[in-house]
Amino acid sequence: MCKNSEFFLMEQTFFISLHKIIRNSNEIMLRKIRLTLAVLFLLGISLLFLDFSGTVQPCLGWMAKLQFLPAVLSMHIVPNAIVLVLTLLIGRIYCSIICPLGVMQDFFAWIGKWKLFRIKKNSKNANKYSYSEPKTWLRLLVLVLFVAMLVSGFNAGAMMIAPYSAYGRIVASFIQPIYIGINNLLASWAEQNDSYMFYQVDVHNNPSVLFIVAGISALVLFVLAFMNGRTYCNTICPVGTVLGYVSKLSVFKMQADEDKCVKCGLCAKNCKASCIEVKKGSPLSIDYSRCVVCGDCQLACAKDALHLKPSFLGRKDDEVDDEEELTAESQSSATENSDSSISRRSFLSVMGLAAAATVSSKEGGDGGFEAIIDKKVPKRHTPLTPPGSLSARNLQQHCTACQLCIANCPNGVLRPDTSLEHLMQPVMEFEKGYCRPECTRCSSVCPTGAIRPITVEEKTAIQIGHAVVISKNCVPINDGISCGNCAKHCPTGAIMMVPVEKDKYKQNEQGWWTDKDGIPVRYEDILMRPTVNTEKCIGCGTCENLCPSRPYSAIYVEGHEVHRTI
Amino acid sequence: MKDINRREFLKLSGVAAATTALASCGGSNNNLGDIDPMGHHDGPVPTGKMTYRKNPKNGDKVSILGYGWMRLPMLPVEQTGDEANPPQEEIDQEQCNKLAKYALDHGVNYFDTSPVYTQGKSEASLGIALKESGYNRSDYFIATKLSNFSPDQQTLEAGIEMFQNSLKNLQTDYIDYLLLHAIGGGGMDTFNARYINNGLLNYLMQQREKGVIRNLGFSYHGDMEFYDQILEQTNKFHWDFVQIQMNYVDWNHSDGKHLYEELAKRNIPAVIMEPLLGGRLAKVPDHVVAHLKQREPDNSVASWAFRYCGTKPNVMCVLSGMTYMEHLEDNIRTYAPLVPLSKEDEEWLEGDTATLIRSYPTIPCNDCKYCMPCPFGLDIPGIFVHYNKCVNKGNVPESQQAKNYYEARRAFLIGYDRSVPKLRQADHCISCGACKPQCPQRIDIPRELTRINDFVEKLKQGTL
Repeated sequence: MCKNSEFFLMEQTFFISLHKIIRNSNEIMLRKIRLTLAVLFLLGISLLFLDFSGTVQPCLGWMAKLQFLPAVLSMHIVPNAIVLVLTLLIGRIYCSIICPLGVMQDFFAWIGKWKLFRIKKNSKNANKYSYSEPKTWLRLLVLVLFVAMLVSGFNAGAMMIAPYSAYGRIVASFIQPIYIGINNLLASWAEQNDSYMFYQVDVHNNPSVLFIVAGISALVLFVLAFMNGRTYCNTICPVGTVLGYVSKLSVFKMQADEDKCVKCGLCAKNCKASCIEVKKGSPLSIDYSRCVVCGDCQLACAKDALHLKPSFLGRKDDEVDDEEELTAESQSSATENSDSSISRRSFLSVMGLAAAATVSSKEGGDGGFEAIIDKKVPKRHTPLTPPGSLSARNLQQHCTACQLCIANCPNGVLRPDTSLEHLMQPVMEFEKGYCRPECTRCSSVCPTGAIRPITVEEKTAIQIGHAVVISKNCVPINDGISCGNCAKHCPTGAIMMVPVEKDKYKQNEQGWWTDKDGIPVRYEDILMRPTVNTEKCIGCGTCENLCPSRPYSAIYVEGHEVHRTI
Repeated sequence: MKDINRREFLKLSGVAAATTALASCGGSNNNLGDIDPMGHHDGPVPTGKMTYRKNPKNGDKVSILGYGWMRLPMLPVEQTGDEANPPQEEIDQEQCNKLAKYALDHGVNYFDTSPVYTQGKSEASLGIALKESGYNRSDYFIATKLSNFSPDQQTLEAGIEMFQNSLKNLQTDYIDYLLLHAIGGGGMDTFNARYINNGLLNYLMQQREKGVIRNLGFSYHGDMEFYDQILEQTNKFHWDFVQIQMNYVDWNHSDGKHLYEELAKRNIPAVIMEPLLGGRLAKVPDHVVAHLKQREPDNSVASWAFRYCGTKPNVMCVLSGMTYMEHLEDNIRTYAPLVPLSKEDEEWLEGDTATLIRSYPTIPCNDCKYCMPCPFGLDIPGIFVHYNKCVNKGNVPESQQAKNYYEARRAFLIGYDRSVPKLRQADHCISCGACKPQCPQRIDIPRELTRINDFVEKLKQGTL
């Protein structure tokens, strides 16, 4: 008991000294720090999605891994602990700094405050918000539904409202194409100048479902944030709900000094979370489950009444006793009735924006080059999931469809699935490239544990599928031209070339081919066809991609539901 | 020793200073226009000084510089980004006309084309350019070829049609020099199929008698056994000239010497192709440049190769495919007039320089594009040209320990994607071998492509 109280004392003194630091620093300074951090996080995470070269990933990858939902799904202790401790300490600071979707909404809300958009001519556009009742039932219902969908495996539904992945989809579908476009301009400029600083990259050919989903979320969020600040975060966002209830227990809270507060309501009018209630006769009440600790109220307060204080210090600031007189201005604004009890919920019907990117291929070709028919994606019974994802089920359960792996895939292999069950989760196809042996990019960027980190060495032994030969497309079998390009490039040596003509040749113990009578025949003189040793095949798709048969390859990879180690 | 040298130097410079002083004293009205401040090589391109060689058969005065109408200037192509079906390139005819006129003005009078050059558009282009030049038909000589490579062209009718088409495209009623195009590949069988069994050579010899063909010869790409056989039939076919590949690298290291000497022995004039090995003797590694420049600081690297060929007395004409005006100017400077190499220089090129160049692991591709189109869509010359460029620039590292490994790797891989679309790169070669017999340089194309792809894989995987 004695030790416990001692510890409690120590703890208290620590928080008090921390409080003194906060207390003594300027509000504007604190706000600057928050804004700077928020912008850094936003840029860092955006860069993770934009950078196709993989350079920023090693230094900024943790930013994605610190995201709450991915951290929960990955069940990693460190990021979960950091977010929880942070929230228990200063409330939902996570929502104001770390969450890119939250910061993005702050940006939209800031636009909404521009003079250009002010509602009433005389009104100060800065004072546009107002208190609204908590929508507790809605928040809890959404959270329960969200968890239920996750548990029941209907991830596609759950991920539509998950904040981090919504942000990822917006960046991947709208910003990355622009980023790559600029890069390609620079690359052509570099090429003219014989420089190798930039190189051309293909823009991801994303399916329209991704554009629609990302477009709708961007539009809804823009309208909500533009009009009322953090509506989404405090009604729908499941992370916001969870952290909201955790932050009720936080040590530091924004608190009003009753001696100073004149109930003018300026704070409430500047609270983008709409969580400050000003009632005459009763102390200022702040709904901490909705407060994102942005500090806007602090700045708005003319009386310097609002401060982040340890909750045990109570509402009275006993350290500061310099009393100030009410200025006429704040008095008048205090009398102003909070007339703007606008209903916060506005229902929107959103038209889907379908940005269908169609690639037309011209017929006929240059006399100097044989025209090349584009490869078509074969129908796979089992879809292919990237090495490290362990199984289709693991991927399905953990993936938040944030598109980070897809945006980072340098070989054009990963793309968003369009099936309902795996909507927008990564799936592999090989018509543009194949899963190169030296690359483990997707496994290293994935923040959710849907694709676990693997090494290049581990990858050589992870079987995600196996190759299947389609004889009717195979060049040596049909055209009598020797080929073997699949076997030549197979990284695991899983493709065996055997004579097309059965029973005409034999292979002796040394591996030499002979005719029936045992007379050696040169390898080049035998027409060979590929066969697959499925035990050695890892399903990387090299054979499928490099097969000369077009539009359908003569060899393709069939996925495995559960990956194996060979 | 040092002292003496120093003293000598001082003495010399003293003399020089004195001369300059004298010159400046007495020459106040000296015509400075005579002095070319830039040195002889960037001065005006000489007119009327071209060296000519006499065709022993009919006395044709052939300029030693022949214009190979093959690597023509092309109009810039708008990039559509469609790798699978790149847009068709068009010849820049206006620039072609200008080049032909300039060449004629400076004494070049031999123009060499073929029905297959530049995707079959070369002959018509040359026809236009020569007509537009304003020169008379008798002022220049036209060489074209019977390029019946594919088996369905190897009938008498198809051969005659090809020849008549050449006359039509070239807007003329006679050909000065007609060549059986690139014989040797496939040996006697192919030769017989193309020209003998179908009676095509008989037809051509009849045309020679009629004067529609003034000189009949062949261009040769093949082994020496068949070469000797075909030359032994000179009495039967009366070869008026033969076009061979010759350059200082091939002289000792390949068949260059034999090709030339067999002709010289028979007094058959030689027309030289590939004096620059498809440009490879113009773009040599830095240390070879230094080696050549040390000898003649003002002469271009390419000029050595041209002078080398011109020095051989039995050479009637040296062909050069000149895409740019600068190439044409440089070659005219070299040959107007030709300053023959000394015996010593000749041996130095054939020996040390050739060894130096050969020690460089470039692929002997000269971008003639005979191998194209590859049935599987590869850009074979594109791949080789990129590889050679990287070899010459030192961007083909031997291992990760190489000093410039990371820069070289980046330059090689990014440059590879820039020069050759991914779908046309070496990893798509299935070694079908269709290209192999087409290559006049007898490069084992599938093997080289495999080798380059292995190198690319090692760079990509970081296992070099």
